[in-house]
Amino acid sequence: MRLNVLHKTHYTYDAPVPYGLQQVRLRPKSRLGQLVEEWRIDVTGGQVEVSFEDEHANAVDLVSFASGQTEIEITCAGIVDVEDKAGIVGPQGGYVPLWLFRRSTVLTKPGEHVQALADSAPANCSDLDRLHALSAHVLEQVPYSTDQTASDLTAEAVMEAGHGVCQDHAHVFITAARLLGFPARYVSGYLMMDDRVDQDASHAWAEAYVEGLGWVGFDISNGISPDARYVRVATGLDYRGAAPISGLRYGNAGEDMSVTLQVQQQ
Amino acid sequence: MKPANCVVFVATLRGICRLKVMSGRPTYFDEMFGHGTAARAPYADYSKWFADEDTARLLSKSEEAEALFRLIGVTFNVYGDPDATERLIPFDLVPRIIAAREWAKVAKGIEQRVRALNAFLHDIYHRQEIVRAGRLPAEMIARNDAFLPEMIGVSPPGDIYTHIVGTDLVRTGDDEFFVLEDNARTPSGVSYMLENRETMLHMFPELFSKIKVQSVGQYPRSLRKSLSACAPDACNGRPTIAVLTPGIHNSAYYEHAFLADQMSAELVEGHDLRVVDGRVAMRTTRGYKPIDVLYRRVDDEYLDPMNFNPDSVLGVPGIMDVYRAGGITIANAPGTGIADDKAIYSYMPDIVEFYTGEKAILQNVPTHRCSEPQALKYVLDNLADLVVKEVHGSGGYGMLVGPAASKKEIEDFRAKLEAAPGNYIAQPTLALSTVPILTDAGLAPRHVDLRPFVLVSPDRIDITPGGLTRVALTEGSLVVNSSQGGGTKDTWVLEE
Amino acid sequence: MLGKTAGGLFWMFRYLERAENTARMIDAGLRISLTRSSAAESEWTSILSSTGLSAAYSEIHGAPDGPKVIDFLLRDPNNPGSIMAGIEAARMNARVVRTALTREVWEAVNECYMVLKRLLAQQVQDRDLPRVLQVIRQRSAFVRGALHGTMVRNHIYNFARIGTFFERADNTARILDQKYYILLPSVRLVGSPSDNVQWDTILRATSTTRAYQTLHDGEVDPKAIAKFLILDGRLPRSLAFCYGKIGDNLGYLEQEYATRHTCQSLADALCSKFKAHDMNAIFDYGLHEFITDFLRDSAALGRQIEIDYRFIE
Repeated sequence: MRLNVLHKTHYTYDAPVPYGLQQVRLRPKSRLGQLVEEWRIDVTGGQVEVSFEDEHANAVDLVSFASGQTEIEITCAGIVDVEDKAGIVGPQGGYVPLWLFRRSTVLTKPGEHVQALADSAPANCSDLDRLHALSAHVLEQVPYSTDQTASDLTAEAVMEAGHGVCQDHAHVFITAARLLGFPARYVSGYLMMDDRVDQDASHAWAEAYVEGLGWVGFDISNGISPDARYVRVATGLDYRGAAPISGLRYGNAGEDMSVTLQVQQQ
Repeated sequence: MKPANCVVFVATLRGICRLKVMSGRPTYFDEMFGHGTAARAPYADYSKWFADEDTARLLSKSEEAEALFRLIGVTFNVYGDPDATERLIPFDLVPRIIAAREWAKVAKGIEQRVRALNAFLHDIYHRQEIVRAGRLPAEMIARNDAFLPEMIGVSPPGDIYTHIVGTDLVRTGDDEFFVLEDNARTPSGVSYMLENRETMLHMFPELFSKIKVQSVGQYPRSLRKSLSACAPDACNGRPTIAVLTPGIHNSAYYEHAFLADQMSAELVEGHDLRVVDGRVAMRTTRGYKPIDVLYRRVDDEYLDPMNFNPDSVLGVPGIMDVYRAGGITIANAPGTGIADDKAIYSYMPDIVEFYTGEKAILQNVPTHRCSEPQALKYVLDNLADLVVKEVHGSGGYGMLVGPAASKKEIEDFRAKLEAAPGNYIAQPTLALSTVPILTDAGLAPRHVDLRPFVLVSPDRIDITPGGLTRVALTEGSLVVNSSQGGGTKDTWVLEE
Repeated sequence: MLGKTAGGLFWMFRYLERAENTARMIDAGLRISLTRSSAAESEWTSILSSTGLSAAYSEIHGAPDGPKVIDFLLRDPNNPGSIMAGIEAARMNARVVRTALTREVWEAVNECYMVLKRLLAQQVQDRDLPRVLQVIRQRSAFVRGALHGTMVRNHIYNFARIGTFFERADNTARILDQKYYILLPSVRLVGSPSDNVQWDTILRATSTTRAYQTLHDGEVDPKAIAKFLILDGRLPRSLAFCYGKIGDNLGYLEQEYATRHTCQSLADALCSKFKAHDMNAIFDYGLHEFITDFLRDSAALGRQIEIDYRFIE
């Protein structure tokens, strides 16, 4: 499926920002089942200082604010050709040892709720079935809801809240999968929803490492493994490691962010 | 923030003394007199000179040295004591003397070890061959807080991770040196080594004309050269070097300023720097100027608030990004602290062998890893004779010195050890050598250790002859740490 | 050179100069209280005002009282403007800019600090006061001497000098601001006594008594005093002299950096006020107004230097 993506993130500030930096993880890469035909990032109100590959082989751009800006906009546009691989991403590449993906992070620190969830996963079945069952359990216990406003909830807090968005689902799933001994990671990317061109936001799902198959994707919120409608952009141990944009700025200016995202089939 | 120079060394000897000494009094190898009363060969000339000296004159020289140190400002800061925020580390003017032959072997051993350390660090942040080969358990890396995932796949210029190393040694006999610690992260103390020599030259010029001592004064130049050789590809022309300090309140600020001054480099703080045009640049009176090599004396955690501790005000946001893009060299590289871990230390003989294909020249202090059941049993059975240290601890915190501990302290520690054995290692107590210091009553033996300073560049390893000798000034004490009554001495390596 | 270092040099020498000037003012106050006790309280009041510390003082001690004022200005830990605090700040700045200083300059400022820390550990006894004040001036002079004798004449030196003269001119202007009314031409018309205590204070507080007398054949005249302290290019504490030096040093920076900044224009504008060398014009404009303008413009210059040479971001 040939997907055309246009993703704008616009920040406005109520006072000039003297200095600021943003780490941008918004460059999808060609890989098994995903061919990036063209991709560009434009920044207005700032400039790309350096680009590098992080430990998860994400392409990262460091963007600085032009001094005294009150607005900055990051626009990504490109065409990605995606094949349905039934969620299979393949073997671990690069140098990151698999044990790193069993490490808990601040957002994926297990507590009693996630532990109970992990314990509820069926034992007498294949790893793959077990993970699919876990994914289904997460959605049962944490139904999809956009009511939640906090963007940086821990997996345990999500379980307590009892509802969440894709990011929250991914965190709960990753935390529980690690408890079950699976290396697991967070994925940020795009999903073309069939019924619309304008998407609400970029998407997030999870991947777990299954012996014999390698990394396998689980879109918990939609109860499926990613197919040809999913563009995989960045991965990390949790949201913070794979966040599309994270940054830091000086001064006390208040920030307002708006996102417009279009994903459509060409 | 942890004071970077706070490396406490504690050991005690009663355990071993029982083995070595018949009568009640322990004897140790004295570097000046051996086990006898006549001066050993390296001290022969000094000893002659000393015999003709008047102790009172020497003691007044001691005071002169102290006044000089105070004037120059060779002080360290003490936190939480407003009346004594700046203290001097006591200086003893009897030099520690090492023969060229003795030193040559030590230097060879250090060089081998430092080469292995760099190979190890490169491997750990790449394919981890040593883990794949089954020579080092993966948990040693996985459980190590100093392991920085952000460094995975990063290859610094020349593949050098630890540019400046301080390998702590202790001596127990004529030809017996042990490595106590590898300080691959941020060894400090080199300014004391240099100032001690300056002071000795100033006070006893006649000694240096009689006795030929290998020079240490080239260190700042070598440091500059060594750092310059590691400039990143982005460097244009002569490399710009800067020293990053946490600021004037840091305990080692004097050293930071001293090294910057001696290298003709800028001494910068985090707020002097920012990312400009893809480089880390310092704010000068003429605008931002890019830095090629940053000799940082700020710990990893505080280096970059965007990538590490977000509350840090000591670091530079984005410096890790520029580093990973090849725009700056950070010395020592982030994530080198993994090699300072005491559990890793216990694997050093294997690490040296794995990467160099040779047996380690310098011995480790035998180390029991409490994570291993058999070792744990031995340690629990022999707590009263052992020194038990926390694996990740530094500065002597959370440590048990068995022979010096009370029954209750031992039992309390036993409980901690049983609860989390993997957090501890244990070592036998060593009969540390002594070197005389000058007291009101003349020469008196005191225990010492040695920190040689090593510089690593792509084409050479440079070891300054000697290093910093730390001495426990209290009689019988083995604590050489400056915050606990330790002092320093000039260290002489004689010319051939 | 780092912008921070330039700022550190500027402030290091400002603090040193300020400490030295405060010592001169204490000296003047002490002299008056010994010779004219009736005038003492008002003199201490005006000295506190000149140092900008009246409010801080009265909050702690209330009405000006000689020994209290002296202790306050010398060493009171509650007074961030005390001489001891100034020397500490100078030394702290010296530590920050340590790599820009010669060993001699560092040692001079460090020793200055160590000596004063000892001398000012407790309240200074009356009989020791003259000697302590002398040591303060002397130690400050040692630093200046080391600077002159050992530092390369480049931008480092220029920023140090700009700090010195900036503070000195500021100090002279503040003393004049406190006393301008006794220097007005009208004062003479009403026939004040020739040994006017106020004139004496002004000259003492600027350590210019001897210089004034030598250059004016002992004739004490308020207008001449005003001209001496404002326009006389021979006197190293006059506004004209200090601003001549500031202009010179900014000029050297302009040459070294091959860049002309806004601060150079501001300094030129200030210097031109002294170049006319016309005291009558200043009186016509209003002495008070002239000094007020000066203090305002010099503050603006200070801010501009800070921006142009990136002392801070």
